[in-house]
Amino acid sequence: MNKYYLDYLEQLEAEAIHIMREVAGQFQKPALLFSGGKDSITLVRLAEKAFRPGKFPFPLVHIDTGHNFPEAIRYRDELAERLGEKLIVRHVEDTIKKQNLSEPTGRYASRNGLQTYTLLETIEEFGFDACIGGARRDEEKARAKERIFSVRDEFGQWDPKRQRPELWNIYNGRITLGENVRAFPISNWTELDVWNYIKRENIALPNIYFTHERECLVRDGKLMANSDFIYRDPEEEVVTRTVRFRTVGDMTCTAAVESIAYDIDSVIAEILDSKISERGATRIDDKLSETAMEDRKKGGYF
Amino acid sequence: MDILRFITAGNVDDGKSTLIGRLLYDTDQIYLDQIEAIETSGRVNEDGNIDLSLLTDGLKAEREQGITIDVAYKYFNTPKRKFIIADAPGHIQYTRNMVTGASNSNLSIILVDARNGVQEQTRRHSIISSLLGIPHLVICINKMDLVGYSEEVFNQIVEDYKQFSKKLHSKDITFIPVSALKGDNIVTRSTEMDWYNGPSLLEHLEQVPVSSDFNLTCPRFPVQYVIRPHTHEHHDYRGYAGKVISGVYTKGDKIIVLPSGQTSTIKSVELGGKELEQAFAPMSVVLQLNDDVDISRGDVIVRQEDNLDVSKEFEALVCWMNAKALRPGAKLLLRHNSTETRAIVREIQYKVDVNTLDNIEDVDQVQLNDICRVQIRTATPLLLDKYENNRANGGFILIDETSYATVGAGMVASIVHESELNYMI
Repeated sequence: MNKYYLDYLEQLEAEAIHIMREVAGQFQKPALLFSGGKDSITLVRLAEKAFRPGKFPFPLVHIDTGHNFPEAIRYRDELAERLGEKLIVRHVEDTIKKQNLSEPTGRYASRNGLQTYTLLETIEEFGFDACIGGARRDEEKARAKERIFSVRDEFGQWDPKRQRPELWNIYNGRITLGENVRAFPISNWTELDVWNYIKRENIALPNIYFTHERECLVRDGKLMANSDFIYRDPEEEVVTRTVRFRTVGDMTCTAAVESIAYDIDSVIAEILDSKISERGATRIDDKLSETAMEDRKKGGYF
Repeated sequence: MDILRFITAGNVDDGKSTLIGRLLYDTDQIYLDQIEAIETSGRVNEDGNIDLSLLTDGLKAEREQGITIDVAYKYFNTPKRKFIIADAPGHIQYTRNMVTGASNSNLSIILVDARNGVQEQTRRHSIISSLLGIPHLVICINKMDLVGYSEEVFNQIVEDYKQFSKKLHSKDITFIPVSALKGDNIVTRSTEMDWYNGPSLLEHLEQVPVSSDFNLTCPRFPVQYVIRPHTHEHHDYRGYAGKVISGVYTKGDKIIVLPSGQTSTIKSVELGGKELEQAFAPMSVVLQLNDDVDISRGDVIVRQEDNLDVSKEFEALVCWMNAKALRPGAKLLLRHNSTETRAIVREIQYKVDVNTLDNIEDVDQVQLNDICRVQIRTATPLLLDKYENNRANGGFILIDETSYATVGAGMVASIVHESELNYMI
């Protein structure tokens, strides 16, 4: 084998590090959006690779819906503590009060959509000019057309018609006052790439990514974690199932999958076998309409 | 396992969407919920099979206006390789999108309808692929089922294409007879074409050599960011973070920083705080030097022995990507790797006819989707390579000074070095 050979994960890693450093080099006040999910955990590892032995040139920012899995929140706090990096948490709850927003009600009630308001408020509060996120192009067709540097107006809106062409490894982060950029270093990674990287780097994850017993509600064939945050019909039955989570978002819009995968290897084997896409298996928010993601992105979602 | 990045060019009529859909479907990359989404939207073929082209269906914004908005990226992998597809619309007005998708591709799939043979569009897509320095071309002669899987038809198209392709830079050209609709020679070899002994498209994509596409002979290290921890443990640490865009760097190398001309040697090569023996393209690493030199973002670290020189004047091929025309004398921002400088387009020399590769002289302005050769002067000196010699260091983008939109993509064609200028004076 050629001695100057990088395998696919090393190439993806090199590209992601390059993108993170472009953010650090081009912007005055960047931030890394951290959710406690595997994609943003991967981003944090990439930031370590990009900037150690220095500090991160950005804080970790978590937009907390208040409906997150306690395991993910615990993981978030421990990680920030262990890395010695700054963590900023802003709560959707506070935005609801401050902006007098209506809390969604009913069977599909979720604060997922309200996160955008808190995100924009936080961007304004700190004057962030770039937010690094863990979105991947393989997730969804609106994301397949997203740029690595995605310019948003002051309402955070994604305008697919106004996108800048992105050539070679040159990223144009120039913005006018009020605009900001969302930067996506793992755009070219798939779900499987992320898991293989987590395996190679031996990254610890919140335990909800692995098999456990959990009280669930069965809805439209999907298993929703039972919690105080989820609306439950009086006649709806609570069942105990052996599950894990394939994505970790808000408890009200992230479904579990039945699984006995107990470690990274068995999770990878399970994904290879799966006939259902990551978002298809787990996201209630995308199922609401065919263009749900496109619409949310235009509204300022990342 | 490595990565192959490729672009698919062609329009719906050539069966491009069906080809991509077929590649994804036959390699089991399509999930049930995605098929279900197509079925519930009620879009199936007359024969009841799902229409594979719908797997690459676009956004609501596009359907509403009946247009395709630029490049979509798609992913699949086999045990041999990870594949990244840049799916670019193929119409004439979309040169800009094809240039964008081609800029990061190692291979270009060009679709030819077997019934129509080599068309203007075939030539255009081939020429753009060649101008963008894509080393490998695959000419998929599609819809073979509609010409009775005829060897004569295939051979004639190959012959016609070879006549035309003599003027292209891309030398590795492969011809494959396929039917995307029926799945012939896409993933598995066709049983309908005994006369064809070559690989299926996927087999070819899995084996085309790509590691040699990285330039390992011209060390170029543009500094993106300087790491200074200021901690007790790393009190005097100063690391230069960047990507080896081409070449190889080894501890002990004698280096020079351009444009300042300061010299030193490499003290260490690191990644994530761990020391490496050496770094090569396309690795992202940190270099530490043995001397205290003043380096900031935009500087480039190169080898002393290469005697490289910076320049402020050069000629380039520019693909114009903005609705506002480019005129001589235009002032723009130019971004080349991690450097940004002001630039002036001094002269427009000629326009390239992307259908014939002929030059069109006497051009006073350049319109959206035009490719032209221009003379550029920059405010600060840049370390440039000719695009054809080093793709990683020969490309740049042009940015509008007021809107900050990316308005042009440039490829360096010839360079006037500062040292040559001094001789002239």
